[in-house]
Amino acid sequence: MNGSAGAAVEVDGLTKRFGTITAVDDLSFSVQPGEIFGLVGPDGAGKTTAMRMFASVMRPDAGSIVIDGIDVLAHPEKTKRHVSYMPQRFGLYEDLTVEENIRFYADLFEVPRKLWEARAQSMLVASDMTQFRQRLAGQLSGGMKQKLGLTCSLVHTPRVLLLDEPTTGVDPLSRREFWQILYSLRAEGVAMLISTAYLDEAERCDRLALLNRGTMMYCDTPAGLKSRMPGAMLEVASPEPRKVREVALALEGVQGVLLVGSGVHVNVDDGGRRSPQLAQALAGAGVQATHIEEVAPTIEDLFVALLEQNSEA
Amino acid sequence: MKLRRVKAIAVKESLQIVRDPRSLMIALLIPLMQMFMLGYGINLDIKHIPLCTYDREMSQQSLGLLKRFEASRYFTLRKTAQDYAELTRDIDDSSCTIAIVIPAGFSQGLNDAGTGTVQALIDGTDSNTANIAANYARAVISGFSGDLQLQAIQRRGGTVQTLTPVDVQARVWFNENLESRNYIIPGIVALVMAIVGAQLTSLTIAREWERGTMELLVSTPVKPLELMLGKLLPYFAIGMLDAAICLALAVFWFDVPFRGTLATLLFTTSLFLIVVLCIGYYVSVSIRSQVGASQVALLLTMLPTILLSGFAFPIDQMPVFVQGITYLVSGRYYVTILKSVFLKGAGAVELAVPILCLALYAVALVVLAARSFRKTLD
Amino acid sequence: MAGGAGAQIIVDGLVKRFGSFVAVDGVSFDVARGEIMGFLGPNGAGKSTLIRILCGLLRPSAGRALVAGIDVTEDPDAVRQRIGYMSQKFSLYNTLSVLENLRFFGGVYGVPRDRLEERIRFAIDMAGLAGRETSLVATLAGGWKQRLALGAAILHRPAILFLDEPTSGVDPESRRRFWDLIHTLGAEGVSVLVSTHYIDEAEYCNRVALITRGRLIALGTPFELRRRSLGAELLSIEREGIANAIELVEKAPGVHDVAVFGSALHALVDDAATRAPALVAYLAGHGIAGATARRIEPTMEDSFVHLVGAATRARGDPP
Repeated sequence: MNGSAGAAVEVDGLTKRFGTITAVDDLSFSVQPGEIFGLVGPDGAGKTTAMRMFASVMRPDAGSIVIDGIDVLAHPEKTKRHVSYMPQRFGLYEDLTVEENIRFYADLFEVPRKLWEARAQSMLVASDMTQFRQRLAGQLSGGMKQKLGLTCSLVHTPRVLLLDEPTTGVDPLSRREFWQILYSLRAEGVAMLISTAYLDEAERCDRLALLNRGTMMYCDTPAGLKSRMPGAMLEVASPEPRKVREVALALEGVQGVLLVGSGVHVNVDDGGRRSPQLAQALAGAGVQATHIEEVAPTIEDLFVALLEQNSEA
Repeated sequence: MKLRRVKAIAVKESLQIVRDPRSLMIALLIPLMQMFMLGYGINLDIKHIPLCTYDREMSQQSLGLLKRFEASRYFTLRKTAQDYAELTRDIDDSSCTIAIVIPAGFSQGLNDAGTGTVQALIDGTDSNTANIAANYARAVISGFSGDLQLQAIQRRGGTVQTLTPVDVQARVWFNENLESRNYIIPGIVALVMAIVGAQLTSLTIAREWERGTMELLVSTPVKPLELMLGKLLPYFAIGMLDAAICLALAVFWFDVPFRGTLATLLFTTSLFLIVVLCIGYYVSVSIRSQVGASQVALLLTMLPTILLSGFAFPIDQMPVFVQGITYLVSGRYYVTILKSVFLKGAGAVELAVPILCLALYAVALVVLAARSFRKTLD
Repeated sequence: MAGGAGAQIIVDGLVKRFGSFVAVDGVSFDVARGEIMGFLGPNGAGKSTLIRILCGLLRPSAGRALVAGIDVTEDPDAVRQRIGYMSQKFSLYNTLSVLENLRFFGGVYGVPRDRLEERIRFAIDMAGLAGRETSLVATLAGGWKQRLALGAAILHRPAILFLDEPTSGVDPESRRRFWDLIHTLGAEGVSVLVSTHYIDEAEYCNRVALITRGRLIALGTPFELRRRSLGAELLSIEREGIANAIELVEKAPGVHDVAVFGSALHALVDDAATRAPALVAYLAGHGIAGATARRIEPTMEDSFVHLVGAATRARGDPP
């Protein structure tokens, strides 16, 4: 861990405009070595534009980025040695094999042969891909492509890793393996910036910035963000979810109702008080409900609630 | 600049070329095809003009004249017509370009008055061919009448010597038989090299943009010059192979005499190849789509090389203003060099000026191409 | 499940081979009228092959599939009349307006001329696009485009709707609104099949079928899949720097599996009530004091990973 300089990434007042649209608007935060920082938000929130600026493949209109003590805008090429960037779209060569791709990136970063071979080997073992060394990258599954991308971006032991929606199109099993690799990198002191549109994934990060239309709404730990969630979330399991919704919406203290597959999520002001009231109301209306219990709100529940608050304000 | 990175890019690019056998075939077959098509297609000599005859007399003399037409390598007898209608039809459907009609009473006129009239009908659709056909016909006929005069004089007991007091024997240097092929094929080699060379590299950067690999590439420490050199090296090898194919075809298939040295030929060819590869690369950097880049590269290389390089159309016949423009066309220097090396056997000393111009051109384009690439997505 | 007994789709022992590769391997299930059924599995698991068979585009190698009472191999055209299809990559024409797109798809689906205007009206209202009929599709935001695509897919009133990763990359608000529409369609009796590899999309379905390597490895409501199929309980162990203690926790008694999750460790244990205090004591005994362990709800991803792992081990395949 490079403790002397402090933050691995420092972003201040970062702004990027495309014509009249401000894609990233006055973004400021910092990421410590060994921290996984998530940029979370829907499509068009400005995540990819921000990532491109961190990777110094796009120049901001205003603001500054300092990576590992080096000003990215003043020395874009110097920082590229310490940074690894995985673009959202698969950036490797599909007509090259797994091994040829790895070697190509090792050569570009001038990693000594012994070093990258050992590193690639351990990465391939960790991601369960050793038997695919000679396979063309284009013939890998979505999950394996992403793991290969990660392997290539790690051959030069970067201090900062930038991952733009790395698990889009990746199956749950590969996604889990992918994250286990990220956690082992965290233990090595690598700072990671990850963008994602999947709010369930956001919970895996150490800290999050919620982005919407280019601006940062909140920046906190997942637990800290969830504590801002107004009220509580009740899960009602029922074969008649639409009737549950009707009943719930008529009830006092209900802030929102969401149909999910096997039931209904009811956002209430006070879980302890409203839970029995809801049960009573459902029984009174003759609506079946197999169980009602308070569940932890997800980041998605929170995101929607925050968006609603913001639009009201 | 790091050689390791140049090598890494060259190896990667070569692997991609090898993995795509179709494009490799195209890179090697297209020049072959173009050489044959252009080599046979563009021919300024007119030989074997399809001929139709209509002999209304069938005398010894009329047959003698027609024999001469048949014997000439400029004409090929297609049809012996039996009436005017047939003859007209043949001209109309282009099966004959020229028709020679010998009227009845042809030999009688010759014997009585010493003159005879022959009618030549020529398809004037292609005025150039028509002119040439008329001239050839005139030549055949004047040869025939010359012989007739000779016979007449001999019959009258005159002397022969006075008839041909001067015998002009023109000697044409470098292209003794005045075969236009000898002079056009080296130009075609230049044209093919220009087209293929720029095509090869026009796709290379655009492809990385289209496939999304560029975003990752620009985030690495690779330098623009390293990227360019690594990308151009494999295409240079293919380009030289193409050049070898074209030049070998010129010498061994089209029988163009080669009088220069191989060293001069290879040196100048590699200079020209660098120029066209850099044009393709520059276009590929500027236009981020493969289709667009390929078309622009074709336009930038083919048109000027055909029109302004002097490959088929003599530069000194052009308006002065256009002549000025030709100095900006790299093909002009290479065409000059190739023709001189092939036909005159000229070496580096004689060709110092065009070689120097081509070298300057190459340096300028390398710098332009290297500077054109920006490591940014903006 | 609105339909009850009237199954709209019956699949029995369905097999599809491509050469020696078995893409669908003995799959059986049925979907009731108005039911929203999710197929969850990684890319290449056989989901799209299955859907193509159900659409009558591929012939099964063995087994039977009835869609709306029609055998797909006997009358694929009649099947296609009764289904609607929509994917995230649904090909709306960006240079046409909302109305022009709907008219085009109405024509393609053969909606009778006298019904078309009424159906288009319905689709526009449903998608919340009233007032934007003449807007070019290119100018619409993602969520709107997606609802328009849905509207186009149901113009011909299909009994069955296939959705292929319908809400990937759509913001949470639009996603909720979209699923609300799907549930409305379900209430009206349309059976919906959703193919996805996103867990969060599967969560919106009435029932979920987990598919991997052509096999159906579990089928149940998201609730059942989360709680019961795990066969174990999940503990979240929290403490500053706990991620470094993963190897220690792995060796603790009663712990099946441990994974890092954010700043915590998630441990799969046989019994949460007894193991939670035991683990805290175990960690303290190894010099890591002050950790907390609490039982948490397993996510669908937890059960998916668990079930796929179990199925793979059972077949003795390489991972």
